[in-house]
Amino acid sequence: MTHSAHHPLPFISEPTATDSAISVRGLTKRFGEFTAVSGIDFDVARGEIFGFLGPNGSGKTTTMRMLTGTIAPQSGSIRILGEDVVASPEKVKRRIGYMSQKFSLFEDLTVDENLRFYAGVYDLPADEFVKQRAYVLEMAGLVGREKELTANLSVGWKQRLALGAATIHEPELLFLDEPTSGVDPVARRHFWDLLYDLAGQGVTLFVTTHYMEEATQCGRLAFMYAGRIIAEGSPREIREQHLLDIGDRDDSGRLRTASIEDVFVRLVTREREEAGR
Amino acid sequence: MAPSTAELAIDARRLCRRFGDVQAVDGVDLRVRPGGVFGLLGPDGAGKSTLIRMLATVLTPNSGDALIFGDSVVHAHRRITPRIGYMSQRFSMYLDLSVSENLEFFARIRGVPAALRRARSASLLESMELAEFSDRQAQFLSGGMKQKLMLASTLMHEPDLLLLDEPTTGVDPLSRLEFWRIIADLRAAEKTILVATPYMDEAERCTDIAFMDAGHIPHTGTPAEVKSLVPGTLFEVAAPDPRAALAAVCSASGVTSAHLYGDVVRVLSAPGGPDARELLTHMNAVGIHATDVQPADVDMEAAFAYLAEQAGDAA
Ligand SMILES: Nc1ncnc2c1ncn2[C@@H]1O[C@H](COP(=O)(O)OP(=O)(O)OP(=O)(O)O)[C@@H](O)[C@H]1O
Ligand SMILES: [Mg+2]
Repeated sequence: MTHSAHHPLPFISEPTATDSAISVRGLTKRFGEFTAVSGIDFDVARGEIFGFLGPNGSGKTTTMRMLTGTIAPQSGSIRILGEDVVASPEKVKRRIGYMSQKFSLFEDLTVDENLRFYAGVYDLPADEFVKQRAYVLEMAGLVGREKELTANLSVGWKQRLALGAATIHEPELLFLDEPTSGVDPVARRHFWDLLYDLAGQGVTLFVTTHYMEEATQCGRLAFMYAGRIIAEGSPREIREQHLLDIGDRDDSGRLRTASIEDVFVRLVTREREEAGR
Repeated sequence: MAPSTAELAIDARRLCRRFGDVQAVDGVDLRVRPGGVFGLLGPDGAGKSTLIRMLATVLTPNSGDALIFGDSVVHAHRRITPRIGYMSQRFSMYLDLSVSENLEFFARIRGVPAALRRARSASLLESMELAEFSDRQAQFLSGGMKQKLMLASTLMHEPDLLLLDEPTTGVDPLSRLEFWRIIADLRAAEKTILVATPYMDEAERCTDIAFMDAGHIPHTGTPAEVKSLVPGTLFEVAAPDPRAALAAVCSASGVTSAHLYGDVVRVLSAPGGPDARELLTHMNAVGIHATDVQPADVDMEAAFAYLAEQAGDAA
């Protein structure tokens, strides 16, 4: 966020890897013969909403699992909030939150019990739990439903509870893997308002989505294809870079502005053609 | 003239289903013509899956009935099952079988002849971008690949009626386009499709849609008819800070609702509410710079938000 090139302040040095929330170099993951993630590099600034896009099976979840220290890479480096995650995955555990593709909630526990469970996972002291629990219930709109069984909540509520569980320990960085998949349009909008509130509080967000209008709301995007990053930039940059590429004209012959969805379709189609089909 | 019962693919009457204290489906009447693509929309928890499960004969109604091609789901489900294909929201493939083994297995139990199985499996795997992973065990697929495998498996036998419960959840944009191409082919072959979806661009592709809320279906019609239920005019506001612009327009009187869509704000102005110029003036007055305000067609996204809000107010 600090662009020292434009506003030279003598006491602020050039941003280095330790200033970023996430800094990844040469990250690679193989499953047997198959390379799921193939030497990717990227940086995510603190406080940024970073959108991670790509077709099914392109390696998004695998990357996220490496970043959260859930699985180990074959090679490459990962710095999260200045810590080396490959060497010591435990170090950042308390400072990050992870909402996985299948909301990891216990269906047979109540709302309250799920929050308690996650507070336990993150060793939250009792007084902090009381405070955070109140905040999370309020945020998720679940006040008065603490004793309800999670299985009985509809998808939209489960999703907000899962967000609450992932943020119960006030993480500085939050990983969200398709948090809005299968959620209705109104609930998705509310959810993005919550994400913006978190970003406003300085939380860095790393999020995957297959909804291209959500992607447009991110600060910066990376496109994965077959384990590689094939495009990167702000939504506007990406659209402008690929405008000529797309070259669609409207009825009056003007170049049509490409949407992120147009770009997605073009990029993937181009990669597939280049792969020789 | 209304088609007679036997001509309808689905004819549900006063269909009800309760779970404990919750009336999940509460007296639903639904008629679906053969050869159409019928979209089922509604907020989470509206009862869409429960309705679909009853139509698929995997859940018995508490009261009411539904006729599928004239046969009752309560009394004649054996006659119905061979004619329908049902895709649930849960992953129901064998995790230890490969992609192609799963397809082969499910097509065989549905009685698809061997030659047809090979041809269809090859073409579906190709269009779903799964061909190069046909030997991979299902447990090692990504979330969206699993979803596409289920979709392919449902499409292997070409039943007269397909009941699809959010088939494209987690599926990438290109594969969704491919899926809708397949749906168009099935429709051309006069199959009937009922599909629940949270994607409003998919709803636009349906021939008819039903909006479901709290166990009821208050509205059905073509996409154009459903969108015409929304009173007022929709405007698109472009602004350097769309979130600030959103907050600003919400405070204007005569604005029914507003939401962010990508990087523009979509504003629904009530009949007699502000026009484009008045919206600009209002935003200027509260110190928000907007670069452009243009009238736009009401889209399904706006219609959904409007109908959901209305239903919520009525409850
Ligand atoms: N444990 C595993 N063993 C073998 N292959 C795996 C394993 N886990 C993932 N893969 C493969 O790695 C590739 C990337 O999967 P990943 O889950 O990262 O994709 P994704 O981009 O998250 O896709 P989606 O959009 O469908 O969620 C896929 O081809 C997947 O089948
Ligand atoms: Mg994934």
